[in-house]
Amino acid sequence: MLNVQHISGGYGNTPLLSDISFHVEKGKMVGILGPNGCGKSTLLKVISGIMSPTFGSVIIDGKDINHYSTRELARKMTILPQLHATAFSSTVRETVSIGRYPHQSGFFSSWGAEDERAVKKAMQQTGVEKYEDHYLEFLSGGEQQRVFIAQALAQASSLLLLDEPTNHLDIAHQKQILDMIRREVTKNKLTVVSVFHDINLASLYCDEILLMENGKVKAFGAPHEVLLEEQIEDVYRTRISIKAHPEQPKPQMTILPDVDEHSEEKIITINHLNIREEYIEFKSSFPLRVLSSSVHNAGLGWYANFINRTVQPDYDIDHVHEEYYQYLVHEGFSPTNTVGMMTAVDTKKAVIKKYEMPYGEVFVVVTAGVGNAIDVSQSYKRKYGDRVGTINTWVIINGKLSDEAFVQAMMTATESKSKALQHEEVYDCISDTLATGTPTDSLLIAATQQGKFMQYGGPITEVGQVIGRGVFEATVEAIQTYRKGDS
Amino acid sequence: MKKSMMFAYSTSIIILLVSIWLGVSIGSANVPLSTLWDSETNPSAYSILWGIRMPRVVLAGLVGASLAIAGAAFQGLLKNPLADPYTLGISSGASVGAVATIFFSLSLPIIGVYTLPLIGMIGAFITMMLVLSFARLIDRTLKMETLILTGVIFSSFLGACISLMIALTGQQLREITSWLLGSVSMRGWPYVQMILPFVVIGVVLLWLNRRELNAMMYGDERAQALGVNVKNRKYAILAGGSMLTGAAVAVSGTIGFVGLVVPHMTRMLWGTDHRHLLTLSFLNGASLLILCDLVSRTIITPSELPIGVITAFIGAPVFSYIFFKQRRSRG
Repeated sequence: MLNVQHISGGYGNTPLLSDISFHVEKGKMVGILGPNGCGKSTLLKVISGIMSPTFGSVIIDGKDINHYSTRELARKMTILPQLHATAFSSTVRETVSIGRYPHQSGFFSSWGAEDERAVKKAMQQTGVEKYEDHYLEFLSGGEQQRVFIAQALAQASSLLLLDEPTNHLDIAHQKQILDMIRREVTKNKLTVVSVFHDINLASLYCDEILLMENGKVKAFGAPHEVLLEEQIEDVYRTRISIKAHPEQPKPQMTILPDVDEHSEEKIITINHLNIREEYIEFKSSFPLRVLSSSVHNAGLGWYANFINRTVQPDYDIDHVHEEYYQYLVHEGFSPTNTVGMMTAVDTKKAVIKKYEMPYGEVFVVVTAGVGNAIDVSQSYKRKYGDRVGTINTWVIINGKLSDEAFVQAMMTATESKSKALQHEEVYDCISDTLATGTPTDSLLIAATQQGKFMQYGGPITEVGQVIGRGVFEATVEAIQTYRKGDS
Repeated sequence: MKKSMMFAYSTSIIILLVSIWLGVSIGSANVPLSTLWDSETNPSAYSILWGIRMPRVVLAGLVGASLAIAGAAFQGLLKNPLADPYTLGISSGASVGAVATIFFSLSLPIIGVYTLPLIGMIGAFITMMLVLSFARLIDRTLKMETLILTGVIFSSFLGACISLMIALTGQQLREITSWLLGSVSMRGWPYVQMILPFVVIGVVLLWLNRRELNAMMYGDERAQALGVNVKNRKYAILAGGSMLTGAAVAVSGTIGFVGLVVPHMTRMLWGTDHRHLLTLSFLNGASLLILCDLVSRTIITPSELPIGVITAFIGAPVFSYIFFKQRRSRG
């Protein structure tokens, strides 16, 4: 469809673009990314023919754009510059109709049925037909942009060039417009080349990304091939981190700010832990990075408070999320800053262990109810757990853990818990084998993310060793306490 | 064509016909409708109609139409609602030519009394060439801002030249001022013949670019992407508009407000689409100036007011009223 060959050029005598080549297939969407002043918009102007390159050529459908007449070219390709205000008001229909210009010719250049159809369709595709007779100036920025896209669609060129199509729009409008363009690409084989400011939007909507630096192509390929942490940091001279998108197989990046708010190192001490009547609480003045399987705010996140709440065995589990939320609010916790667990075990039976390590203290908190203990390897033999009893474990570390260290810490803690059950000879009463846990155990690993950096959390690492030992000792003690209470 | 546009055209044509009739019939001598075809019963009325009033009305109509259509085109081209035919300094060029003719009491052989309009047109033409080539020198793509600024520079300079001649003149002061204030009186058919070819060429040039003007409202780049040959079209529109302005100023002096008010009123009533805007401005510009001329020669008979004064007196309040009403109802 579009073939850009060795383009060089720019304004005046200073060449802005040097030796740019790439190829775009029909029905693909390509995003052009790069820092300010790297030549993104200039490249778009050269492709569109508004600017001539000093060297190189732009080929569309096998023909150099200079060999097309202005009208012919407009039927092949069109460019939509950044959102433009007009001095005079026109209606939506008038604005969209202008898109038919290259299809009309002759002295009186009559308006045909084909033109009418194209305009109608473009307005439908962009959802602006309900504003047909409205004046453009009374529409919102997002609606105006949709009208201009409708104008470009009415033009019916197969290649659409866009310069930041969602500039200055809120996220709802950004999504609306990009969804719509993407639909045209996927359904009707429109080819789109668009300049983006927002790396994440480009990644989400484009099939391929062209990353530019100082007028040169730095990288060209699928988003996951181009959006590499080091490459983006290098091109934009900014610290970033790249993570997966929750729904799409596309990389998403986050800026890492360099603000020195935590000039002094913050640490966690035993004073942050309190045992109350209804719950065990951990309250910190700053959020910790947490990975947990909890009732409230499970998963990975940043939270300053953790609670392990004791509920009656007849607690109505069907409305647990709503009830727990209300409970947190009632108790004065910020629901978005708190991780919540639940147990039937009395808070007085909780075990808190403290370990002094060279890099800081590590705390392990366990409540254990083993009435419903189970051997996980035999669990397929039972239908459901009918008795209450759960083991909740917290591991709170003064230190900085990598993502893999978090996952390894969870594994280490789980293995250690199983070992504790084995040691205490807790049996699965149905299979009559040694139990490995209960069906509803929860685990929380929290780290201050300050001080010493720990890349790994496996059993032979410094932090792994203390987790293994700590969880074992605390769980053994908690089981013993639990059994004492029973008798 | 849509119904509303049919209405717009028929209204404009009726207003124009009524204006023409009022223009030729009202005055110190009464001219009945029958005089148009009947030269026998009232020979003096017949000669007043065809010898004095008709050429005056036709000239006023052509001047008003030229200024209005040129204003509409310039406003669209420069994407500036405050642009008028005088923005690019072309009228100043014509004025310098005309004032110089009076100042130096020039009279070329053969053409005699027509020296003034001829030199005026030459002045307009030279100015247009200078403005365009100077703007091109600054930036080859002929950006709108460059054009407007170049026009401002030339207008100021040429305005100073006119002021200089006014300051130095003695007995011609009154003649120069009255010319500058504009008038279509005592011109006759030769002036109509002189302006007509320019009006025809200019109007055709603009009319051929009516759809291009629509596309250019969205910016040069967008227009180019729509398939408009922006550079050539821009030259054509500038040439057409300048030709109309230069010709109008050369025969009648600088008559203000018509080029600004008429396109605005037309746009407010019937929209921005240049396919209709140009023609409707042409028709209504003609009507407006015919009526203004009628007022200027009848309001303080037997003497006459400069027509530029009337256009400003009528134009400014009407414009303000429409502007006010529109902003209120829309805003």
